[in-house]
Order: sequence, then structure tokens, then C-alpha cells
Amino acid sequence: MAKLRGRGYASVNYPTGMNLGGDPSQALVHATTTGTFVISLSSVDLGQGIKTIAAQCAAETLGLPMENILVDTADTDTGPHCMGTFASRGTHRVGNAVIMAAAEARGVMLEVAAEELEVDAADLETDGTGYIAVKGAQDKRVHITDLALAAHFKHGRTISGRGIYLKEPSVPVPETGEMDPDSCQAHACTVAVVEVDDETGVVEVLELFNAYEIGRALNPAMATQQVEGGAWMGLSHALFETTEPYYPARDHGPRDFAGYLMPGPADLPVQHSLLLERPSANGPYGAKGIGEMTANAPIPAIANAIFDACGVRLTSMPFTPERVLRGLDALKTEETC
Amino acid sequence: MPSQIVSLVVNGEHREFIAAPGATLLACLRESLGLTAAKRGCAQGACGSCTVLVDGRPEASCLVAVETVAGGSVRTLEGVATGGDLDEVQSAFVDCFATQCGFCTSGMIMVAEALLDRNPDPSEEDVIEAISGNVCRCTGYRPIVQAVLEAAARRREEAVTR
Ligand code: FES
Ligand code: FES
Repeated sequence: MAKLRGRGYASVNYPTGMNLGGDPSQALVHATTTGTFVISLSSVDLGQGIKTIAAQCAAETLGLPMENILVDTADTDTGPHCMGTFASRGTHRVGNAVIMAAAEARGVMLEVAAEELEVDAADLETDGTGYIAVKGAQDKRVHITDLALAAHFKHGRTISGRGIYLKEPSVPVPETGEMDPDSCQAHACTVAVVEVDDETGVVEVLELFNAYEIGRALNPAMATQQVEGGAWMGLSHALFETTEPYYPARDHGPRDFAGYLMPGPADLPVQHSLLLERPSANGPYGAKGIGEMTANAPIPAIANAIFDACGVRLTSMPFTPERVLRGLDALKTEETC
Repeated sequence: MPSQIVSLVVNGEHREFIAAPGATLLACLRESLGLTAAKRGCAQGACGSCTVLVDGRPEASCLVAVETVAGGSVRTLEGVATGGDLDEVQSAFVDCFATQCGFCTSGMIMVAEALLDRNPDPSEEDVIEAISGNVCRCTGYRPIVQAVLEAAARRREEAVTR
């Protein structure tokens, strides 16, 4: 009777976005009278952080502080079009649309500033503090709050911009099957370290090492959070979660949290996560999508680690104590035959 | 059994409302008082997203018949920040990225408040024990544990400087 340690590895390539009949998302940007730039989107934030990413892309493109950005995702009926936040597409599609909209708005902002300061728009620059200033003459400047007021009440201008990113439909070539289904691919691998109790069959994941190549990490802390939260979900699928333990008979399926098991805060592995940045040519500031892939690699990595630890090759999830023990029994029978 | 008028002290304020027989504290907070921070995740005491403090103790408000706590004092997430200023637990949750979708967050913060009220210097095991009745689907728990430890440290530091 022993606790057996093993280590397993798995990797994943993951496409950003989808294809189908074309994959567009739009963004609209306008400045209020006091210089808040409202980014209107129909892209819903359900915790993955698209509002933060959209605000970062807008602030960076406009050359203004984050405090000047307000992301409004209030109404998918009346907002600009978005296919939705799924398929790991949000950062890529919406980020690109926001950059396009913000670039147009920045052009108008600089034109109005040029009128206000009586200079050429090409001579103006921003430094992220909220001021638009003449290059090389930093005292000749106007703050966005004053500029937006002047745009409305003096110049009769609307500081605004429109953006869309469209991944065009790609139909496979009949002869070869060749097509261009996604915009870019992110890559990752996970190494899992597990301990298998050969008496009880319980598998404990001790450590996970995650390496993710995700283009530019627009927000490294949020990307890491996505990687580790996703790995937790992968671990949960690998060891615990199932709706149908006696599939296809559904009568014993769990109906609540008492029967549908998930790891709790005491069952967590130590995670080590690394982001590798190789900016994608068509990504917003080089970013790729990483949403869904984060739950993928941990599962086969854990399966491989179990095999390494005790020789049991499990091909059905979850890797329950019962399945591990049956696998160990089968190995013993093989040995004795 | 007819509906009853129930009074509670909620976040320091005296509140009165009409409760149907058997109405849960959670339903009364959300529907009668408009306090929607406490969430209905499972309605059977298994997820912790409805946690509020009843006379200082963390309780799954989905399991509490409101009559049984009539006259008592209830603290919800809405009562944690003073004005617009987040308290140490809330700001540590922000700084440690301890929330994603936010559905578990109000319950997590309330159990953390209760823990820190009775133990200002908890170990990691104490924090894990305290939040073990609360389910989080997004974060993988680690950032939440870190946030609670960070909040405890900030609160102790403030106690020293005060
Ligand atoms: S809703 Fe009360 S514990 Fe889940
Ligand atoms: S942040 Fe989503 S459930 Fe915890």
C-alpha cells in the first residue's frame, strides 16, 4: 500500500474565434461633454474581463487615461453588433473593433484640438495623462475635459468613431479541404504532478505547471487568473465532475451540489504559470484568445500522470477512485496470468 | 398561516416588511428590501453564495426562515463599505484578482468578514476552513485565499497605526 507519484504532460493548440458565415463584432465610441469616452458594445462580460480589455485598448489608442473610458455593454438589442463572447473570440474581435473605433475618434479629437489650439493636427501628441499637446511645446496644450466641452459648445463637433472587425467566411476547397478557419492559434502545455493512493484509488493533483503562448498578454494578471481558474476547472472535470455516472441511465444523475462534486479550496494544487508572448499579426496589440483552452491541457496531463504513477491508463473522465482501483485490479490480473 | 410583519436591523438600520409564511431570509432581503448582493445559487445550503451575517455569525440565508431571526441583526455585503470606500476585505479582493464572474463574491466576503472578526490573524488553513462551504466556479480559490490573508494583514496594520 503506497502513495505513488507520477508526472504527466499534455499540450494544446487552440484557435481564436470561429468562422461559419463570417465572424464580426462592432464597437462605437463617443465622447461625452466632459471627455469620458463611452465604448458601446454588445459583448457581454461574464467575468472573463472583456470590459477591462476593451477599456485598455481604447485608452491605449486614444492616448488617454483609463479613467476617461467607460465601457457600456448594457443592451444587446440596441448596441452595435457582436456575435457573442464565446469561442475565445472576445479579446481578438472586440479588441480590434475597439481599436478601429478609437483610432477614428482620436483623429477627430486631434482635429478639434488643432482648431482649439490653432495648430496643425499632425503636430499634436498625447501622453496618456489627459492632455493633448503640441509636440516640443508642452505648455501649448488642452485637457480632454475642456476639449470635449469646446467640441460640443464651440466647434459643433462630435468626437466619435466606428469600428468593426470581421473574420470573413472561409469555405473549404473541395479537393483539398484547405481553409482558413481561425485568425490565429494560441498554444499551451501543462505538466501535472499527481499522487495516487493504490489502496483507496484517490488521485491528488499536487502541482500544475502551465506554459501559455498567447500572443501579447494585454493584461498579464487577468491572463494568469484565466489560466489558473481554467486549470482548476480542468482538474475538476478530470477528477470529479460528471452529470451521468451511470450513463445512459439518468436516474442516478446528480441534481445538486451535494451529488455533483467539485474540488473545494482545500483540494488545490500549487500552480506555476508562465506566459510566453509572441504577438499575433492580426491581434489587437498582438493578443490571441485564451478563454476556453485553459481547461483543456490539464485533463490529459493528469491522465498521463496517473499512468506514470501506477500504470493505469484511464480514457474516461472523471478519473474516480473506482476507475483507478479497477485499473489496478486489471493490471494485477494481467500480471498473474 | 397569514403573512406577518417582520422587523430586522439590517446593516444598522431598522427595517420592517411583510413576509409570507416560511419566507427565507434570502428572499426577504432580495425581494422585500431590494438588497440583491446575497445570491441564490442552490437554495439548499450547499454553495454559500447567499451568506449573510446574522448576529455576527455567517449563515446561509436561503435556509433561514425569516421569522426565526425576527428582531435580530443582519449584515449583508451592502453594509460592508462605508460610503463609497471599500473595506480591507473588498479592496484585497480587487487587488488580488479574487473575483471573476462575481457570483460567489458577496458570500466569500461575508464569510471572510466573520472570520476576521473572530480571528484577526488567520492561517491559510483557517481561511480554507472558513470558505470551504462556499463554491467558486471561476477563480480556482487560490486568489480568494490570498485576498483574505492580505485583508487580514492590512487590517492588523491599520490597527497598529490607529
Ligand atoms: S443559495 Fe444558499 S447556500 Fe446556495
Ligand atoms: S468568481 Fe465566479 S463563482 Fe467565484
